[in-house]
Amino acid sequence: MALLEVENIDVFYGDVQAIFGLSLSIEEGQTLAVIGANGAGKSTLLKSIAGLCTPATGEIRFNGERINDVPPHRRVPLGISLTPEGRRIFPSLTLEENLLVGAHSKRPGYWNLATLYETFPLLADRRSRLGTNASGGEQQAAAIARALMSNPKILLLDEVSLGLAPVVVEQIYSALPAIVEQGTTVLVVEQDVNQAMKVSDRVQCLLDGRTVLEGKPSELSRERIASAFFGI
Amino acid sequence: MQWANAVVQGVILGGLYALLAAGLSLMFGVMRLVNLAHGALAIVAAYMGMVLVNETGIPPFATLLIVVPVMALAGWILQRTLLNTALNRQALAPILVTFGLAVILQNLMLELFTADNQSIDVGSLAGASIQITPNIAVGVFPLLTFVVGVAVIAGLQLYLAKTTTGRAMRATSDDREAAQLMGIDHRNIYALATAIAVGLVGLAGVFLGVRTQFNPTFGDVTLIFAFEAVIIGGLGSLWGTLWGGIILGVAQVVGAQAFPSSGVLLGHIVFLLVLAFRPTGLFPKVVNG
Repeated sequence: MALLEVENIDVFYGDVQAIFGLSLSIEEGQTLAVIGANGAGKSTLLKSIAGLCTPATGEIRFNGERINDVPPHRRVPLGISLTPEGRRIFPSLTLEENLLVGAHSKRPGYWNLATLYETFPLLADRRSRLGTNASGGEQQAAAIARALMSNPKILLLDEVSLGLAPVVVEQIYSALPAIVEQGTTVLVVEQDVNQAMKVSDRVQCLLDGRTVLEGKPSELSRERIASAFFGI
Repeated sequence: MQWANAVVQGVILGGLYALLAAGLSLMFGVMRLVNLAHGALAIVAAYMGMVLVNETGIPPFATLLIVVPVMALAGWILQRTLLNTALNRQALAPILVTFGLAVILQNLMLELFTADNQSIDVGSLAGASIQITPNIAVGVFPLLTFVVGVAVIAGLQLYLAKTTTGRAMRATSDDREAAQLMGIDHRNIYALATAIAVGLVGLAGVFLGVRTQFNPTFGDVTLIFAFEAVIIGGLGSLWGTLWGGIILGVAQVVGAQAFPSSGVLLGHIVFLLVLAFRPTGLFPKVVNG
């Protein structure tokens, strides 16, 4: 049975429809990358899984249970954790306090301050820095670490590379194997196709709120991805 | 020496204002909600204290054991029922709801207690004072109020800085949606903040009721003084609220020394000057999202 199944969902922002009959499924331990251009519906998809958006139709199932009506704060104890677009670090809290807030649901597991500082050495040095004073890379690392503090079954990563220097992106993605090693299922949303192909077992490409291409990175040619990505 | 005395008395009066303003400051800090019923709630607490003293004969300070929990519970219910709903509407909704609540509470009190001035009797403590210098004497009860005011601000600050729930409160204040993604139920955090705030209003109201005469309309001026203390100190900053209360108190008492009968007016002028030249207050929260 798949850990997460999204079945035929429509999602609206007010009157504007962002997602049209989208389906998706991830097996436990897998890494799925969802790629697509701006406005393809990637972030909306993650928000729907995390509970910040509610699909008008269709169903989202986690561990086989329908979770459409479960509010976001109750999805964290189930094992769903989102690193939101724009990182959303709490600005008036130190980076360490940000991490501690991430442990609010008290889910037990491998990840705690010590193991996360080991995986993100960058954070260990900056732990007492206020969120607002941290650099983009530090904030992104802290946002991922904060999401891991709840020891999720599935980690949803939204646009990790956005606005960061390539070397910093490399540094942050280098932590991904350590996360997957713990058996964590990962759903990455990326505009950076190369990065997405490198880290994932499977790629799903969205265009205008619909799936236009999916498969294993090794089986998809650059041309097919380019045409799916841009809709040409 | 008169002036030194005025400053000392003003600082001590400021402690009462800080105590009155602590809850207002907390609610604004955590959920950007301006509670216009704050003053009326303080007077409700003062009447509760008075009725308990008069009817049961328990000592005035023992009434706090009843008044504070009852007010805190009322605050929790108020937030879970009315205010959480109001916060999800437009920005004006909480202001209208709390304003309406203030009107209702004031009229209920008029109905129950008439418009006569009342006070809570603490016996000899009311007149007791300590001679500090030949020319400066400090009332024991006002001094106690000041100490409680400082302790409340310090305690709240410590609670927010050091406890898990306090940290969750600050996180929710920074970014409510991100806090939800951490598994925090913002409605509970808000209800807890309001419970603490209204509980503290209960504490402040009883002290107010001992210190001065009050009647049901006294909530208006209480709200204004508390509000001025919060604004002078800087929105969202608890230590700022303490300083704001002290500055307001000193301005009023020193002002009354210079222009008898215009002390309160001078307090308002200081408040307006701060608003005109330092609209973020004198000690604003350094970080804002």
